[in-house]
Amino acid sequence: MATDGPPHRSVEIAVAIICLIFGGITIFGSLSAGIGWGAEGPQSGFFPFYIGVIIILSSLINLKNAWALDPQPLFANWGQLGQVLAVVIPTTVYVLVLPYTGIYVSSIVLITGFMIWLGRYRWHTALIVGVAVPVAIYFMFEKWFLVPLPKGPLEDWLGL
Amino acid sequence: MLEDIGNLFHGFAVVIQPFNILLMVVGILLGVIIGVLPGLGGANGIAILLPLTFSMSPTSAIIMLSCIYWGALFGGAITSVLFNIPGEPWSVATTFDGYPMAQQGKAGEALTAAFTSSFVGALFAVIVITLVAPLVAQFALEFGPAEKFSVFFLAFCSFIGMGKEPPFKTVASMMIGFALAAVGLDSVTGSLRLTFGFTELLNGFDFLIAVIGLFGIGEILLTMEEGLSFKGKAAGINPRVVLQTWMELPRYWMVSLRSCLIGCWMGISPAGATPASFMSYGIAQRISKRGKNFGNGEIEGVVAPETAAHAAGTSALLPMLALGVPGSPTAAVLLGGLLIWGLQPGPLLFVEQKDFVWGLIASMYLGNLVGLIIVLTCVPLFAAILRIPFSIIAPIILVICAIGAYTVHNSSFDVILMMVFGIVGYAMKKTGYPLAPMVLAIVLGDKAEEAFRQSLLASGGNLGVFFSNGLVATIMVLGLVALFWGVIASAWSRLRGVPKTA
Repeated sequence: MATDGPPHRSVEIAVAIICLIFGGITIFGSLSAGIGWGAEGPQSGFFPFYIGVIIILSSLINLKNAWALDPQPLFANWGQLGQVLAVVIPTTVYVLVLPYTGIYVSSIVLITGFMIWLGRYRWHTALIVGVAVPVAIYFMFEKWFLVPLPKGPLEDWLGL
Repeated sequence: MLEDIGNLFHGFAVVIQPFNILLMVVGILLGVIIGVLPGLGGANGIAILLPLTFSMSPTSAIIMLSCIYWGALFGGAITSVLFNIPGEPWSVATTFDGYPMAQQGKAGEALTAAFTSSFVGALFAVIVITLVAPLVAQFALEFGPAEKFSVFFLAFCSFIGMGKEPPFKTVASMMIGFALAAVGLDSVTGSLRLTFGFTELLNGFDFLIAVIGLFGIGEILLTMEEGLSFKGKAAGINPRVVLQTWMELPRYWMVSLRSCLIGCWMGISPAGATPASFMSYGIAQRISKRGKNFGNGEIEGVVAPETAAHAAGTSALLPMLALGVPGSPTAAVLLGGLLIWGLQPGPLLFVEQKDFVWGLIASMYLGNLVGLIIVLTCVPLFAAILRIPFSIIAPIILVICAIGAYTVHNSSFDVILMMVFGIVGYAMKKTGYPLAPMVLAIVLGDKAEEAFRQSLLASGGNLGVFFSNGLVATIMVLGLVALFWGVIASAWSRLRGVPKTA
């Protein structure tokens, strides 16, 4: 419920462990690039190898500190995390479909949907804003500053 | 010295061209809007708008982008005073006394004081830049790889030792930044590394994508979680209030001067505007006769943090210009812009790109003046933007971030990366890992590594090269002092028998 959620301590521990893994990947990648001394001085993996070592060491300390935290305080309650996911999920879909639909169509859907779903606007208000913003962006980027943006089938059909 | 003043006037001549003045005004307006909106700040705002400048001359481009920066610095104050929401981290301290003043119906005074002190702080810092930067640059022209590395070392150590975040979290965040910077083509040997066979990673991680994701998307997620609803105070600014406040402000010249000095110091050593504003507020509170009343709407409590934040924000450009080492994420983005426009940041800039450098410095003087006038006259307009509900603003900002990320390299993969950085940024902010060191490490990683490897190459792998002459040894020792500053400070206070203040 509203007062329930993952403890802050668990998240801190998780972040420290992810950093550890990241450090491990860095070291692994550096080793395969060579961490020794080559013809041109230090090899490619030399610098990142030690970076990886420092990541591991500092993450271990962070992990130890996280372990000692009070398990009571919440990271955020489920309701709040739900709100965050309500942005994360549509936006993730948005960035994934963007190369196929072009930026304008997907932006119209994102803005309109967001306003109806989370803002509880009536659909026509939402649609006006949802269309107006991409149109404004079209003129600003493509016409004034001559920066091309990704387009999809609709724009091709319209001949833009 | 005289030559510099001549160059500065030449810079003014460049800036005063109508097109550049127009860009300046546009930049300030965009900047204030960026500063007012949640999720958009100086760093990611400039990162998003950077592609718009690709077709401009570098001088016009930097004028517009730096003006966005000044605008964002001004904009933070509006939200702090009227809405009790700091639009930018460095304006958190401004809410302490700014919002209570607004509650007492003195919003106009608070805003005037905030804007004017911002202006004073920035002006002080620009004068420092004008006088000091050419000297530093000239000095730095003789730097070899070891000296260059030592400057990077100093910059990064200051982050660890002086930041308010737990030092090992800062280290982790910074080193992850370095690791991300190392991905892709190794500039020294030309071989690939850390790509694990993904062709998308050949060119490594662009820090602009990281900035847009970490600061932009991450901030939106945080705001969503907090479920903010904006309830603002009315903003009444009229010329009479402005004049009255201006009559009152000279009384606080000591606070101003002290805050300017704190700001410049913190800005040049890359501690940044946020700690500068807190430190300045804290010291003003301790010294002021009315210190007990701080927090209840004391005008001094607005003057101190705003002056320091602007002085720090502006002086952060000094090391960026003179040494090629940015003092803040926003300065880092400007540095990225320099590279894109084909300029090589660093001390040579002062020799080879006089027009550019002095145009930028001149635009700092004018831009802040124009900014002061614009914010004083347009406050109600900007406050109105904040009343647009978040459920409209949020998707628009998401779209703008996506466009910004796409246009950097015309790559859809970058947009996906931006989203990943956004989620990472949210988690990092929530768990107290600082973002700025990571961004700076991504920007400077390659250069720092290159300097490090070149020094080692010259010395045959002997680390003693970093202590081989007086200059490099001094900078390295300063770096070590900064690194262990927390330890040193507590040992010092114990030595003097003073109880440690938390």
